[in-house]
Amino acid sequence: MTQQFYVSPEQLMKDRADFARKGIARGRSVVVLSCSEGIALVAENPSPSLHKIGEIYDRIAFAAVGKYNEFESLRQAGVRYADVRGYSYDREDVTARGLASVYAQSLGAVFTADSKPFEVELAVAEVGLRQAEDHLYRLTFDGSIADEPDYVVMGGEIDAVNETLRSNWDAGQDFAGVIRAAAGALEGHLPDNGGASGQRRLGPEMLEVAVLDRDPMSSRGNRRAFRRLSNAEVTDILGD
Amino acid sequence: MNLPAGGHSSTFSQISHAATASFSEYLSRSAPDLLPGVRGSATGVSSNAEHLAPHATTIVAMTYAGGVIMAGDRRATMGNMIASRHIEKVFPADNYSVLGIAGTAGIALDVTRLFQVELEHYEKIEGTLLSLEGKANRLGAMIRGNLPMAMQGLAVIPLFAGFDTDRHLGRLFSYDVTGGRYEELEHHSVGSGSVFARGALKKLWKPNMDEDRAVSVAVESLYDAADDDSATGGPDVVRQLWPVVYAVNSAGAKRIPERVLAAAAEAVIASRAVAGREA
Repeated sequence: MTQQFYVSPEQLMKDRADFARKGIARGRSVVVLSCSEGIALVAENPSPSLHKIGEIYDRIAFAAVGKYNEFESLRQAGVRYADVRGYSYDREDVTARGLASVYAQSLGAVFTADSKPFEVELAVAEVGLRQAEDHLYRLTFDGSIADEPDYVVMGGEIDAVNETLRSNWDAGQDFAGVIRAAAGALEGHLPDNGGASGQRRLGPEMLEVAVLDRDPMSSRGNRRAFRRLSNAEVTDILGD
Repeated sequence: MNLPAGGHSSTFSQISHAATASFSEYLSRSAPDLLPGVRGSATGVSSNAEHLAPHATTIVAMTYAGGVIMAGDRRATMGNMIASRHIEKVFPADNYSVLGIAGTAGIALDVTRLFQVELEHYEKIEGTLLSLEGKANRLGAMIRGNLPMAMQGLAVIPLFAGFDTDRHLGRLFSYDVTGGRYEELEHHSVGSGSVFARGALKKLWKPNMDEDRAVSVAVESLYDAADDDSATGGPDVVRQLWPVVYAVNSAGAKRIPERVLAAAAEAVIASRAVAGREA
């Protein structure tokens, strides 16, 4: 019979957290920002079909960094949770808060009980009728949950992107303004940016951009606030 | 409601939960009591159940140049009583399709709601719209699921119309209680007043009508249905109630505004009054 080595719970949790953090830090960053027109979600993503940003429900969107298969399964589970809840109660009863706490429970359960924690970080965003009613929740691999005002940055270079956004973000901006600010912040801090050769430009084909419109019913006649921007629209906004 | 992650069975449950893009299939596994028709026990329903629940009646739909149009009257009946003068029987299913319902109103409204969530759910999970054929087949499966209730007198008969974005034309689908799906050409009608509406459509429908003409044809055929079928409501000038009409074309589904319908209905009434004929 082989001998089981004793590992203290503290050490076990620390090892898992280090493992998950390393996995997330390899990924490219995603930014979710609240602004006057609604909420903008901007990700560096070279793939046109594997999305890091997705629609969950009428006013709720999802953004993630980390392992694609893991956050995609969480996104789909979120859509199922929201659709079942909206169908059995009412569409109004689906809230980002409810969804975020279910995500937190799942992530926490996987972190403590499964053989490997999820290497993901998520943001759940719900657009309100006024900017003060916007909700941005940020969830990490261990199930901790934070309610962030203004904007959320996730992925590899959080501190550096945060630094740039702090000076460029402003609550009164429109979608074009915050998308430009987010693209600029992501650009300056690419993981492979040597620093000496200056900034690398992030073209529209390298960006995945979606927005949650504040009042989609009157602007588009649709209760679904989520709208993915095409390459042409992103090109227009970045003004290349 | 648990997310399929966590615990020791997480890998298995994740795979099994992720296997479907269909909301109704997921619901039948995770919360079957929420499905229409399954709710409660159907064993005590008598064979003349049409006296127990409101019924929605006439729906007409037709193609026009560039799309399809669907219209429904506003009356629901329970036996010989008028249960509602305001009921709506035509709904947008998604951006490119609409659904009209005849039969037991309560179950039909539930089927409609489930169908709307089903299409939106597929779109969100898969990141793409279901094809029009795919939508029509899903609706057929849902009607088939209601067969036990239909056998006890609580039948739902939908009419489905949408814009086929691949073929660039409007198409119509009718159903029977077993979920059988039949594509209809030119125009179709369901419900108790449909025989009269069908007669009107045969005379009034022309190929390549524009949208305005199609709206007035829809209103006039509903008028004829209401004239002879007591379960179908005509235009109500006292309460200013007009049929519910949706048009679907390459730009998507849109509801025809009240003032257009008021004008169309008043024109029909005026022309009949001027003619002064009995039938």
